[in-house]
Amino acid sequence: MTFLGLNERDTRFLLIVVALTMFTPFLLQPFAENSGLAQFNAGYPDLMQRFAIYGIFAIGFNILFGLTGYLSFGHAAFLGVGSYSAVWMFKLLSMNIIPAIILAVIVSGLFALLIGFISLRRTGIYFSILTLAFAQMSFNLAYSVLTPITNGETGLQLTLSDPRILDPESITNSLPSTSLFGLEMNDSAQWEVFGRVFTFSVGYYVCAVIAIIAFYISLRIFRSPFGLMLRAIKTNKTRMAYTGLNTRPYALAAFVISGMYAGLAGGLLASMDPLAGAERMQWTASGEVVLMTILGGAGTLMGPVLGAGFIKYFENIFSKINDNVLHGWFAFMPDGLEDALITLIHPFVGKGWHLTLGMLFMLVVIFLPGGLVELGQRIAGLFRRRKAEDRSDDGSKATTPAE
Amino acid sequence: MDAILLQVLNGLDKGSAYALIALGLTLIFGTLGVVNFAHGALFMIGAFCAVTFQKLLTLSYITIDETRTDFLGNPLEVKSPYVEGWFGPETGGAIIDWAVPLAILFSIPVMVAFGFVMERGLIKHFYKRPHADQILVTFGLAIVLQEIVKYFFGANPIPTPAPDAFRGSLDFGVLLGFDPNAIIYPYWRLIYFLFASFIIGAVFAFLQFTTFGMVVRAGMADRETVGLLGINIDKRFTLMFGLAAAVAGLAGVMYAPINSPNYHMGMDFLVLSFVVVVVGGMGSLPGAVAAGFLLGILESFASMNEIKSILPGIDQIIIYLVAIVILLTRPRGLLGRKGVMEE
Repeated sequence: MTFLGLNERDTRFLLIVVALTMFTPFLLQPFAENSGLAQFNAGYPDLMQRFAIYGIFAIGFNILFGLTGYLSFGHAAFLGVGSYSAVWMFKLLSMNIIPAIILAVIVSGLFALLIGFISLRRTGIYFSILTLAFAQMSFNLAYSVLTPITNGETGLQLTLSDPRILDPESITNSLPSTSLFGLEMNDSAQWEVFGRVFTFSVGYYVCAVIAIIAFYISLRIFRSPFGLMLRAIKTNKTRMAYTGLNTRPYALAAFVISGMYAGLAGGLLASMDPLAGAERMQWTASGEVVLMTILGGAGTLMGPVLGAGFIKYFENIFSKINDNVLHGWFAFMPDGLEDALITLIHPFVGKGWHLTLGMLFMLVVIFLPGGLVELGQRIAGLFRRRKAEDRSDDGSKATTPAE
Repeated sequence: MDAILLQVLNGLDKGSAYALIALGLTLIFGTLGVVNFAHGALFMIGAFCAVTFQKLLTLSYITIDETRTDFLGNPLEVKSPYVEGWFGPETGGAIIDWAVPLAILFSIPVMVAFGFVMERGLIKHFYKRPHADQILVTFGLAIVLQEIVKYFFGANPIPTPAPDAFRGSLDFGVLLGFDPNAIIYPYWRLIYFLFASFIIGAVFAFLQFTTFGMVVRAGMADRETVGLLGINIDKRFTLMFGLAAAVAGLAGVMYAPINSPNYHMGMDFLVLSFVVVVVGGMGSLPGAVAAGFLLGILESFASMNEIKSILPGIDQIIIYLVAIVILLTRPRGLLGRKGVMEE
């Protein structure tokens, strides 16, 4: 069974991803509403949208870093530019998200072309510093001089007096919400069953469909001759040059593609919540996408998505665990032991989640350079080896008498 | 003329901090070949050494003074620091007042020990790994250190005043024959600059005029050959890591009165210091120092109103702009050697 130009294995892979994405509202809501574990449910629209959007961002970053090995420390600039263009589209043209997303992708692509063209003249840490410098410049300018475009510290917002020339004239006193041909992004349906509340939001499914398309494109890039060329650049650039091949156009293409992915993510962020602030471009935001990609597994297809989901889950769910919750969990223990244990855990949860994240990240870089994906493969490998050993035992028993 | 001089002076203190951090970064990169993204965190820990030391000195015991009452009529609780109890109010008060300069003595062993642990425990295992891995693991370490400091000291900046004697400003213009009040320069910034110059001079002298420094310089040039001569170069490089950590820490200790330390100050300085190192030339010590002062002064010139009215926003981006231009026209940086990090 093959379609869309994929072989059998990739088709199965893509179908699994599609199924997982489509059933996310169920999968992330495994605990009953009244149980003590309900706070670990992540099936609310806002968070699910973030999973999809940051998944797209990380997939795009992975096309650059995972394939070519160029470590960009300024990718958030493209995300920010995408957000600003999308919000401007909402202000000037229409609340429909299609033109906004298209403009976001085009503008961030052009911006990436400019920055990539200059930055790719250098490699290694010089490339990282160049991208970092460009991103910090964009961030600082968005805060100060470009205030007429970016609205400075307040961030770009919708107002009632915006022209919105394509939208029918309607006299209302409230801001319109973003939509896709009449389907409003913040619409959602709820379904209560077995004591669980499942929320299906329009916004999430729009993000999910776009994320699947983005994933499919990255899958095709990974399997294409172009993807192979990018891997060759990562492995040995000098040798590529000696075979008479100019690697820069390929690297630039990868840079622009990943910039467009970032712009797409930024446009989607603005589509879900029509706001754009300069802090989206700060270098810590660029650092975050690096964390996501490495944590999940750079250079693998699923890794960046897993990493993005992991970090966003941590940020939203893990950070809510406070002392009261901990007391609830360990209530069965003797008092002294309970207090000691909670004092021990306290710095790592709640507001301290960054500490746990930093430590996990260090552990991954030190012991698992392939990220979470490598962890999964190793565990799977352990089981497979055990099975293989069993089989070879049988085999040896069968063959020895014959000799 | 006096306006120009004023901007040069204003740029010096920030430039000193850049130069000191960049010097430490370059020491580590030049000797160990490691790109240390946690160096800003070392600067931050230095500043918090000053905070901790000040807190230790002002640890107090409470006595109840029956003769006086507070506004509710209860006997007054008097807090008196142990230090004043031991040395008498005069000397004790002076010691507390001089907490920041005294914290230098406290921070040197702390920072050197910290550097040793970091090098032996973590960095050692990353010599053979790609630069990208080194950047990532030290970036992770920086996050961890920052969060630990945030846990113990909170997220707000902690004011750490300089000694009373240095709290005023120097009318620098009068010394040079300008009008009074034309160039006002705070004493502590002047001290920071002098201190930074002293540290930089000391590091250079150490590397240039001692046998130890000679071996280290030889190791920077060709590690393998020095090893073949029967010298344990690893041990010396570990010491250099401790030294670099101490330099970053001292820069932080003395910077505490200029800007109240907060947990993310290291990250703020780190990005700029990396730009400084790259501008100066990766692996070049004089380059790092020169670029630190140069960019500090350029930044202060760009924030003059006359220049801002011609090129709005230039003060925000000048450092990055300079870095981009230098990287594109002279990839080795101002004083960099050929072949460093040019794969």
